[in-house]
Amino acid sequence: MIDGKLVEDVTVELLRKAAVYLPHDVKAALERSYDDEKDDTAKAQLKTILENIALAGEKGLPMCQDTGVHLFYVDLCGIRDSATISGSEASRHVGKHNVSWITDAIAQGVRRATREVPLRPNTVNPLTRENPGDNTGMHMPHINFRTSDNDYLEITVMMKGAGSENMSCMRMLTPSQGVAGIKEFVLESLVSAGGNPCPPVILGIGIGGSADICTCLAKEALLRPLGTHHHDEKIALLERELYDALKDIGIGPMGLGGRTTLLGVHVEYADCHTASLPVAVNFQCWAARRATARIYEDGRVEYPSHDGGK
Amino acid sequence: MISEKHLSLPLSEDDVRSFHLGDAVRLSGVIYTARDEAHMRILGVMEKGDSLPVDFKDSAVFHCGPIMQKNDDGWKVVAAGPTTSSRMNALEPGFIEKTGVRAVIGKGGMNEKTLDAMKKYGCVYLAMTGGAALVAADHIKGIKGVYWAELGEPEAVWVLEVEDFGPLTVAMDAHGGSIYEDVRRNVEKNLPEIKSKLGLKQ
Ligand code: SF4
Repeated sequence: MIDGKLVEDVTVELLRKAAVYLPHDVKAALERSYDDEKDDTAKAQLKTILENIALAGEKGLPMCQDTGVHLFYVDLCGIRDSATISGSEASRHVGKHNVSWITDAIAQGVRRATREVPLRPNTVNPLTRENPGDNTGMHMPHINFRTSDNDYLEITVMMKGAGSENMSCMRMLTPSQGVAGIKEFVLESLVSAGGNPCPPVILGIGIGGSADICTCLAKEALLRPLGTHHHDEKIALLERELYDALKDIGIGPMGLGGRTTLLGVHVEYADCHTASLPVAVNFQCWAARRATARIYEDGRVEYPSHDGGK
Repeated sequence: MISEKHLSLPLSEDDVRSFHLGDAVRLSGVIYTARDEAHMRILGVMEKGDSLPVDFKDSAVFHCGPIMQKNDDGWKVVAAGPTTSSRMNALEPGFIEKTGVRAVIGKGGMNEKTLDAMKKYGCVYLAMTGGAALVAADHIKGIKGVYWAELGEPEAVWVLEVEDFGPLTVAMDAHGGSIYEDVRRNVEKNLPEIKSKLGLKQ
């Protein structure tokens, strides 16, 4: 049975795992970078990062003090919520559920994790800057509900720190600026971010859709494990081209110079209006904290991002 | 391998003027956290001619919003890495001038006006590895006080007793030198090749 209590407990565990342990792909990429780095200062930065990751695991504490704002992605299909499913198979597959209980359970999990992990109380009112102290508030935690054909409920959390998020940018290019315009914009964004987003970084790039859609896609691109490429060949090629060219920019770990600036470049796209070309860049710092849980109907839970589960 | 300099606070002007770009430094003594809100408060208080609860003179300001936990014996530091210093760009030159602080610890570097103020008043920027919050916390031996707690945990001013705090890298010195400036020039030098790899016009 999947109920509010289980979703709350899983939320706490997801936030703990994300805050304390990096996903395998990110950790491996950082280790490779350390081995490849030649510059003394840069190597010292990467060494400190690796020591810090090890320390987090040993102590069971958050690796970075900025435990971010909490962005959740919930893939809905497959939850059998007897109170809300009318019984028809069709309604199950279009994800027609009353989901407010999930929203409540996740918010409750965030409150508990803030005390128990602990996480830094980061969310404030944007105007008064008042801090309720528990990481909840208007639209926070932020939950994106999506539908899927899975037979489990999947919840992914991303903890997004401000250092990297503050470097985000989006622009409405004109169609005539084309692919070259996109590349220019990405290059310009990376140069102006410099050392602020705690490089080495992962670049999430969203292309097309509309102003809001490309911004969301840029963020979602960061959910993909490092080393994976977009299934569309043209997009995968763009990812490789950007990575190969930009990795030698020389910003280096923490902007102190060196060869390690990028861990990866991920691109997502949506078709767009014939008269526009929206593009957005989202930066992910080395502390790429995300975690995914799959909750099965019998209450079994897997954490594929951290268990090495499939 | 870079050799490390171990120094005790307070720092003298001679101390900081002897630092060179790229030096690895560790500090022991008392340092203070301050972020955007605290910087604004401190400058506001000083402008009015009122006295501050803490004295930054010859000490170090740490751009940090830590995770703290309160238990029966008081506050305990959980995680305390540096925050992005450039957010304080507009406030730091005045802060350096008015408080007489000798070292700014943060990440990402600061602007030219801050570099000028560092040169003029004798102050350095020490870069700490961003996100390495537990390595940093490991060198914080005690919390000696907290001011303006109503600003919230991240924004309050925490008085920290540190031992061999670091690793820190001298990234902006007291002679107008800045690693960030060197890196920026190097990036600019690399741009033509990157653009040609991307098939972009120069
Ligand atoms: S940018 Fe990332 S690693 Fe750096 S301080 Fe912020 S959350 Fe931590």
